[in-house]
Order: sequence, then structure tokens, then C-alpha cells
Amino acid sequence: MNLKPETLSKIDEVITHYPTKRSATLPLLHLIQEDVGHLPPDTSEWVAAKLELQPINVLEVITFYPMFRQKPIGRRHIKVCRTLSCALLGGYKTCATFEQEFHTHLGEVSPDGEVTVDFVECLASCGTAPVVMIDDELHEKVDCAKAKQLSDQIKAEAQKR
Amino acid sequence: MPAPEQLRIIFKHIDEPGYTNDIGCYLRNGGYEVLKKAVARKPEELIDEVKKSGLRGRGGAGFPCGVKWGLVDRKSGKPIYLIVNADESEPGTFKDRYIMHQDPHQLIESTMISCFANNVKQAYIYIRGEMPHGARILEKAIAEARAANFVGPNILGTGYSCEIFVHRGAGAYICGEETGLIESLEGKRANPRIKPPYFPAVLGLYQCPTIVNNVETLCHVKYIAEHGGAEYAKIGTPGNTGTRIFCVSGHVQRPGYYEFPAGTITMGQLLNEVCGGPLPGRKFKAVIPGGSSAKILRFGERFKGKRKVGTELVDYDWGVEDVPMDFDSLGMIGTMGGSGGVIVMDDTVNMVEALANINAFYSHESCGQCTPCREGSLWMKKITSRMVHGQARNEDAALLKSVADQIPGRTICAFGEACSWPTQSFIAKFGDEFKQYPETKKTAKPADAVALV
Repeated sequence: MNLKPETLSKIDEVITHYPTKRSATLPLLHLIQEDVGHLPPDTSEWVAAKLELQPINVLEVITFYPMFRQKPIGRRHIKVCRTLSCALLGGYKTCATFEQEFHTHLGEVSPDGEVTVDFVECLASCGTAPVVMIDDELHEKVDCAKAKQLSDQIKAEAQKR
Repeated sequence: MPAPEQLRIIFKHIDEPGYTNDIGCYLRNGGYEVLKKAVARKPEELIDEVKKSGLRGRGGAGFPCGVKWGLVDRKSGKPIYLIVNADESEPGTFKDRYIMHQDPHQLIESTMISCFANNVKQAYIYIRGEMPHGARILEKAIAEARAANFVGPNILGTGYSCEIFVHRGAGAYICGEETGLIESLEGKRANPRIKPPYFPAVLGLYQCPTIVNNVETLCHVKYIAEHGGAEYAKIGTPGNTGTRIFCVSGHVQRPGYYEFPAGTITMGQLLNEVCGGPLPGRKFKAVIPGGSSAKILRFGERFKGKRKVGTELVDYDWGVEDVPMDFDSLGMIGTMGGSGGVIVMDDTVNMVEALANINAFYSHESCGQCTPCREGSLWMKKITSRMVHGQARNEDAALLKSVADQIPGRTICAFGEACSWPTQSFIAKFGDEFKQYPETKKTAKPADAVALV
């Protein structure tokens, strides 16, 4: 595991928040995923050693929670809300627009490596449906036109790189 | 009758121009004054105020907060934990998001008052993984409050110490269930625990007595500490005190969040006046009044019976529009106030498709430890999804009902009920649409039809 020094110091700090080390499992997985982009194969062993657990204790957590991923994703992560309030206002079309714009399918890295589009469950912003999260940013009322506009923005940023 | 005026006590500063989420702004608006007074009082007095207030939990179940606090085992000698349930995840609910993002210090002050009242030395805020900004805002706010001696050791020179840490979830709905949340906070899969014996008040986090309260519920505690339980109980109606925040989404002109004295507004007033009615050229068809697991109501149906008004029993005869939006009235007509998430569907929606959407959610979110829920939610999803995308059969409604009827009461947690209520109520209220669905599918859909699954 090749983590940045600031990730390592955050890991040591967060363990002190809890009376038992095991409680730090989710925070550690978040920190590793934020650093690496996904959870590499040796994550379970590494976290288990750090928290004095068995690797299976960590692996079962990784596979339970939808936000943890064991494979790399595109540079940007587009998460479209699928649940009822967003669907009622066109969430499925919003999602299809992102797929078309980046010539990709749900859960896959787009051919240019730029994005991964996921259809996720309720993002708790139902009053501004349909909503989309791009990395950490929430975007509200994303109809097809706005989805196109956000896609163009991502493409423009990619070109500059 | 016109709708009552909004009364914003929890959402007082939400969307207020110029109001920022830093401690300076909060202090300029009288922030932490209630905590200063609270820590000079006896903790038991504060608990009594909460009991007097009649405050009911705003997370979904509507359990009286004072009773919950009263159940805490204070004789065990073990530390008492308080967990703020900020895992807002019931579809249709989006109130806690705004409190945490725009007014985080309100939550922190409220949490500290509640911790002091219950002699809690360590609190955790369990926030949804999908709110990374919210987590950062709360962490910054806690650091500011710690620097000002409102959180941490020897708070305001009283000798009382209490820490708060933010703990991020990772996208699992079941973490909103309090024992699932506790498991998750212990670093495990969020499989809910069986009650008895694992009542959080006795055997909660690390097998210690634990209070789990929703974000909004705790914010009400601050108001109660400031104004007194008796004064708080004057807001709203008996049994449904204080204010209620409604989150309205779906097919209305003005979706959003609205705070009213509890029990004073009817569904019709909320949807037609406050939210501006249906979209142009459409008609309301159905509404889910308290988060997506609440049983659906069909516009046009009538509810009759007797209810208590004061000490008298009086007859009621309500349409959906006439139902007061409080825990008891919604309970009486067979649904629930739940988390306050009101999802509205108009006449463009096919109910088989809407149910297929909900079923996909519950099947994705079942934790999987109880067979009836894991298998039942999956089969309900498979059947409704097949009806929409494959072949629909006349006997599907009966099949769905038989699956749904075998789940509730047979699972460790209330998810079993939550996932079966939509199917049961959709079929009870819209059985005709399920029967006709094989025929409905033969006619081509309009080009602008919205896909729901």
C-alpha cells in the first residue's frame, strides 16, 4: 500500500476517535479510497493489520457498502440518482444522456478514461430532482440539457489537461 | 380554509440571505446562549422539559424523545453515548441536509445540550457517505465550537467535558436503522441487531447505553431548552407538538421544504396552496406521505371512522386532501407521517412502474441477514421489473401480494415492513391498474413518457 504521508497521518488521527480500533474501519477505507481512487487488492490485509483485525473483517465491510469500490473508475465519477422522486422528473433520461455523451455504459470507465457513470439510490435532495453528484459536488435539477452542459464542461476540462 | 402560516423554528435561518455556516454568524444570531444557560441547570431538569414537551422523533417512527431518554440505563456504570442519526436516507426526505449544510452550529449546540442533559461524554454524528461537504462543514463547525469552549474538555468552565466526532457512512440505507447504524459505527456490516436484548438504551454502541436521535429531533431539543417544554407543547396539537418539516417532491409546482406547527395543515393545503398544486394540465393521482416506505394514498378515496378530539369521540369522513398531516391522523388512515417526505405522483404515472422503482430501491438496500426480507424484496423487484420490461401476467398482483404478506413481522428490523408496505398498499389501492397492466402495455406510450424503472 503506497499512501501519501498526509493520508497516513489522517489515518493515525482518526483511530483515536474511537475506544475500539475496529470502529475506524469505515474512516480508513474512505481515506484510502480518496487517496488511491479505489481500494486496491491489499486493502483488507493492510487495514486489518493496522486495526488488529482479520482481513475478512475488512473485506466484508468493503463488499457491504455501495460507496466502496475495488476497481479503478474514470477520472470523474458521475452518480445519477435513480430513486422515485428523481425518476418522476426524468432521472432515467438524465442518466442516459451522460452515458451517450461519454459513449459508456453504467459502471464502466468511459473509453477516454474520463468518467464512470453510476446510477445510485437516493441522494437526499428530492426537492431539486433530478440530482447528480459529480465527484463531491451535488448538481440540482439536472434535466437532459443540463446533463449535456455538465458533460461539455467535463470534456472541456479534459482537453485542457 | 386557507393554509396556516409557516412557522420556522428549526429552519429559521435556512436560505436566509447573508446567513453563513461559520460560528461568527451563529454567535451574532444569539448562538450558544441556550447552551450557556443549559449547563447551569440540573441535567434532570432538561430531561423533564423534553418529557413535558411531548417531542416525538422526526426520523420516521415518531417515538417520544423524552421516553427514549428515560429508558437509558444510568445505573450500569458504563459510559452513555449519544449518536446523531444524520444518515438521512429515506427516499423523499431531505431536511437534515439543509440543517447540516447551512446551520451546522444549531445541530452542534443542540447535541451538546442533549449530551449534557444525559451525562454523555462522547457523541458521534453519523452522516451519510453521500454528503462529503456536509461532513467537512460539520468537522469545521465542531473545531470552531471546540476553540470557543462549547465542545471538548471543561465546557464553559463547568467541569463537564464532551467530545463530538463525525463518522461518515458509505452509501447503505440500512444505516438509518439505529441498531444497524451502531453496528456500522463499530466498523462492521450494518446488520441490525435483534431487540430484545439489544435495545440501544441498554446495550447500544460498544454494548453501552446509547441514545440515537435524528438531526431534526435534536434541534427541537435546543428550542425546548430555550423556551421550556410547556411552551413548546403549545405549538402544534396535543400528541403532535412542535413544528413539522415537510419535504415535498415529485409532481407539484413548488417542491421543497416547509415547516408548520404539527397537525395544523392538511394534505390538500400543503399540496395545493403551499406547493402550488399539480403541474399544468395534470391531476394528482397518488401521494406517499412519509418517505417511500409509507403506504400510498389514492386521490379520490375516503377515510371514515371515529377519532378523539379532546375527550370526545367524533366521526370523521376525509378525502386525501382533508387529512391533517400529523403522526396520529396519518396513522389512523393506515399510513404514516414517517420522516415527513411527501412524494407526489400525478395522472401521467403508471403505478406498476412507480412500484417497480420503489421495489428496486428496497431490494438494493436490504442488508440480507433475514431471508424473508432479502429474498422477498428481490422477488418483488424481479416481478415488477418483469411486468414492465418483459411479460406482464394477470396473476402478478396476487403473486406480489403473497410475497409482500410473508415479510413483515418475520424480520429482525423494520425494513421488512418498510419494503412490503409499498407493494401491499399499491396493490390494495391500485389493484385495477395492476390487473389491466398486460392490456395497458399493448398501447404505445406517448413519446414524452417518463421512464421510472
